[in-house]
Amino acid sequence: MARFLRHFRHVMAENPVTAVAFALLGLIVFLALFGPWIAPYDPLATEATKTLRPPTWAHPFGTDHLGRDVFSRVIVATRLDLGIAISAVALSFAAGSALGCSAGFWGGWTDRIIGRLSDTIMAFPLFVLAMGIVSALGNSIENIVYATAIINLPFYARVARAETSVRRNAGYVAAARLCGASDTRILSTQVFPNILPPMMVQVSLNMGWAILNAAGLSFIGLGVRPPDAEWGIMVAEGATYIVSGEWWLALFPGAALMLAVFCFNLLGDGLRDLVDPLRRT
Amino acid sequence: MHRRDFLKTAGVAAGASILPFLRFLPAEAAGRADTLVVVVGHGINSLDLHRKGTNRPSYQVTVNIYDHLVRFGVKTLEDGSMAYDSTTIEPEVAESWTVSDDGTVLTFKISPKAKFWDGTPVTSHDVKWSFDRAVSLGGFPAVQMKAGSMTKPEQFEAVDDMTFRITIPRPSKLTLPDLAVPVPFIINTKVAKAHATDKDPWATEYLHKTPAGSGAYKMARWDPGQQFIYERNEDWALGAKPGVKRVIVREVPSAATRRALTERGDADLYMNVPAKDAKEFKEGGKVAVSGAPIDNCLHVLGLNLKHKPFDNVKVRQAIAYAIPYKDIVAAAAYGRGKPMFGAADMTPADITWPQPFPYDTDLAKAKALLAEAGLAGGFETTLSFNLGLADWQEPTALLIQESLAKVGIKATLDKIPGANWRTAALVEKRLPMHLENFGGWLNYPDYYFFWAYKYGHLFNSSNYKNEEVEKLVDETLHMDTANPQYEANVKRMIAIAFADVPRIPLYQPYLDAAMQKNVTGYASWFHRQLDCRAIHKA
Amino acid sequence: MRTKILQVGRRLLQALPSVFGIIVISFVLTRALPGDPAVYFAGAMADKVSIEQVRKSLGLDRGWVEQFGIYVDNLAHGNMGMSLSTGRPVSEELLSRLPASIELTLLGLGLAVLVAVPLGVLAATRPGSWIDHLCRLLVTAGVSLPTFFTGLFLIYVFYFLLGWAPSPLGRLDILYLSPPQVTGFYTIDSLLAGDLETFAASLAQLVLPAATLGLFALAPIARMTRAAMLGALASDYVRTAKANGLSRATVLGTYAFRNAALPVLTTLGMVFSFLLGANVLVEKVFSWPGIGSFAIEALVASDYAAVQGFVLSMALLFVAVNLAIDLVLTLVDPRVGLDD
Repeated sequence: MARFLRHFRHVMAENPVTAVAFALLGLIVFLALFGPWIAPYDPLATEATKTLRPPTWAHPFGTDHLGRDVFSRVIVATRLDLGIAISAVALSFAAGSALGCSAGFWGGWTDRIIGRLSDTIMAFPLFVLAMGIVSALGNSIENIVYATAIINLPFYARVARAETSVRRNAGYVAAARLCGASDTRILSTQVFPNILPPMMVQVSLNMGWAILNAAGLSFIGLGVRPPDAEWGIMVAEGATYIVSGEWWLALFPGAALMLAVFCFNLLGDGLRDLVDPLRRT
Repeated sequence: MHRRDFLKTAGVAAGASILPFLRFLPAEAAGRADTLVVVVGHGINSLDLHRKGTNRPSYQVTVNIYDHLVRFGVKTLEDGSMAYDSTTIEPEVAESWTVSDDGTVLTFKISPKAKFWDGTPVTSHDVKWSFDRAVSLGGFPAVQMKAGSMTKPEQFEAVDDMTFRITIPRPSKLTLPDLAVPVPFIINTKVAKAHATDKDPWATEYLHKTPAGSGAYKMARWDPGQQFIYERNEDWALGAKPGVKRVIVREVPSAATRRALTERGDADLYMNVPAKDAKEFKEGGKVAVSGAPIDNCLHVLGLNLKHKPFDNVKVRQAIAYAIPYKDIVAAAAYGRGKPMFGAADMTPADITWPQPFPYDTDLAKAKALLAEAGLAGGFETTLSFNLGLADWQEPTALLIQESLAKVGIKATLDKIPGANWRTAALVEKRLPMHLENFGGWLNYPDYYFFWAYKYGHLFNSSNYKNEEVEKLVDETLHMDTANPQYEANVKRMIAIAFADVPRIPLYQPYLDAAMQKNVTGYASWFHRQLDCRAIHKA
Repeated sequence: MRTKILQVGRRLLQALPSVFGIIVISFVLTRALPGDPAVYFAGAMADKVSIEQVRKSLGLDRGWVEQFGIYVDNLAHGNMGMSLSTGRPVSEELLSRLPASIELTLLGLGLAVLVAVPLGVLAATRPGSWIDHLCRLLVTAGVSLPTFFTGLFLIYVFYFLLGWAPSPLGRLDILYLSPPQVTGFYTIDSLLAGDLETFAASLAQLVLPAATLGLFALAPIARMTRAAMLGALASDYVRTAKANGLSRATVLGTYAFRNAALPVLTTLGMVFSFLLGANVLVEKVFSWPGIGSFAIEALVASDYAAVQGFVLSMALLFVAVNLAIDLVLTLVDPRVGLDD
């Protein structure tokens, strides 16, 4: 543990960018947890007399077409966007590692079937597949989560399979087998903990992509229900106001979206350094 | 020889046929008097209205390139805008017509001036074949023909080459106006029949891509998903010669881009402008806006009587008192909507339709009515709206949701994609509370009631059923407006709609078009499409 | 050589189950789409009877299995069905739109390569320096931008505020007509026709959407370049070349970069097929008449045949591109086998 911390400090010192990303992550998590209490206004309250006001001190990000405070909406949206991304990534992480581990550990037909399945999913244009899933299952946040999870599944399965098959015949696995441990037990106690680090890198890189994906879906009008605040849908709504000069409607949620994705991508890079300094790319 | 000079001469010499081979249009096309550049949001998907799956924007093709027996006149509104006039019917292919004394036989004299593009005269046989086709192919055309009491080919008869006769089972005021809607357009039968097959006797595959008509414009080019180009038919003699030689209709999905193009002068005319843009164009003053309230059309909140507690009239009235009408007209319609609230009396003074309902925002009254219904604590429901019409429906739904919360009604918003909307709202009629926007093409109140208040009819998404309304509509639908009973019946219908409010009117929408200042002659039509025949460009 | 042919054959066979899976999934998915196409296509005022007529004529009254059988049979005959909303055969529709998407994607990729490869090389020569960090920051920022947002932003600044870019109206500005079709790429076709004005116009239309896509593609290319260059620079032959006193430029250009080019090429192929699917949103924002915008519209209209056709052809394209890369690699590099 102490060694890890030392390494962590070293990576941070060497790589100030990752340090910035960690700070950003702190802010995002803080907003997601406490957003509703920090927001100066009710993000849903309309005010017909104050529609489409440009940014002022009272409304730092301006107001939208119904007079709602954009600043409050951007803050409150953090929780929803982060929630969608986390649940989607968690789902694909769980399912992907289970499938990937079994494929890598047992090989043979299990491997072949799972491999073909993930090939099939990956051969689809992923965003369009997600669109199709959401429109087929119905327009709701849960279905955005499922769609995002499904299209990300193969990436986890692949990493898990590769890492597992390397360790399938490692010394500690052979030792456990000799002790009479069952396959499932070996997988969960010996193999899985060892493939966690590379999987975590995948998770972090994937978070940004999951947020983008969810926002893209709601940009074309799928998923999130009004009046819920969500960055993608706010950009989509704001887009129609750009030419009439109401730029703040799209700019601020777009910037928030970008910042969040940026943070997770940098973090993924940083984690990769942390987990595996040699493989740094 | 300069390219532009070449274009000019070639254009005169060869007309439309050369167009597809042009490499580009003269650079100042948008500024030229003989070319009109139009931007629209949705493209056409067929040149044949009778074909299955033909979308709404495609109706304009029929309006511009095909002729009809008769057409509506045009009137000037108080603000100087022009609109079609549902009360005057003018000759087009039919130079004159007579109605038999019992009102069941309409006889039309075909104008000798009517000529197809290939130079052959339009005959009654062409009309008969085209009308047979409209009632035989099923789908929307058949339904619209039925509104005019035309259901089967036997009703149409080519008496001689220049005389055409329609027989209807009973006299109806709807038949003649129904001939002026886009559906009964006249096709060059010789051309169409040459391309008909046993499997496709009505030549739908051919006419889908290759029109054969007699209209004021010809289709010079169609790039699906991008644009289409009308070219003036120089031989058209059934009306004043169209003012522009060539109309380029460009499909631009993003409303923001359409607006920018119009503001920058790259587009001459922008059809179907969203309310906010129309309002700001008007204020800006650089671009002219022409618009009129759409006849016989209402944006309403529908309450489905199959879902409790909307079967209780007190609940429906309570909701009608809880709607923030003024905010909706301001924030969703941007003032481009005629208010439909605040009438003083529960009985209508006249038969104007649509007319304001006797409700206004009054939360105290709403709460009292809810308490009377035994729902003082409020209830939960779902408010659905169409994603395809989100520009007005979403803000409207949000405002209604917020206001309903104040009287204890918790409404969850549900946006439904356009493809699913018709099934859910109109065919299965399963949405408890929803936004709806029916507009009747034939401008009679009883026609609106026929579609929207009669049980089981398509636009009665509320599942409303009232025996008196059923009887009144059946009695009145074909009745002549001069009949003294007519006014009494319509007044009674409106009074029932006032009291029962299965549909709560929010406002009467405008159809707005924005155009450069040098474009004149634009009129708004019940079919909400562009009729470019009357347009001039200075 | 014979083993190679065998390997190629095996590789092709391996793709078959995937292709079948793709057909099944796309069929099931499209049938599960909401909305009743019969209602949609019967038109605005259609009643129950006319809706049933439409349903029958579309073959939607039959069972799923029967519909699937008919579908597969048609596919085997190269028939993807008719698009319900445009009324044209899906294959024709896709073929006429594919060049638009490919032209845009290629140009986006080209722009990305022009920026990302030098960045990657620069970063690899000075690992850990501030230049390295800056490069990383830059490419990460690129991949973090939602493409729809970047596109809108570029339109606002360059079209609306500055007026430098032409109107975002798809492949050609409103005044131009498409050049005579040869390749379907407007830039190439207009050059073939000797029409510089149309060439300039179509290129001008391409710049903003291609830049939007390119920004998104920077990261994978730059990262792979950097990694491959680092690997190559650490290799024995580069060390030998350095020891022999060859100039820095020669070492970088001739020895290191040439060896690093192979993995970068592989990445390019992946990025290309990825971008082709990912430009759905870019096409929407720029009203680009490509297959992506076609797919969105088809999905909204529950247009089965069109969605299926799109998904199927994209997946096949993906399989083909990967196969092509593998083949090229075996031809270029004897060390690479086709076996996975």
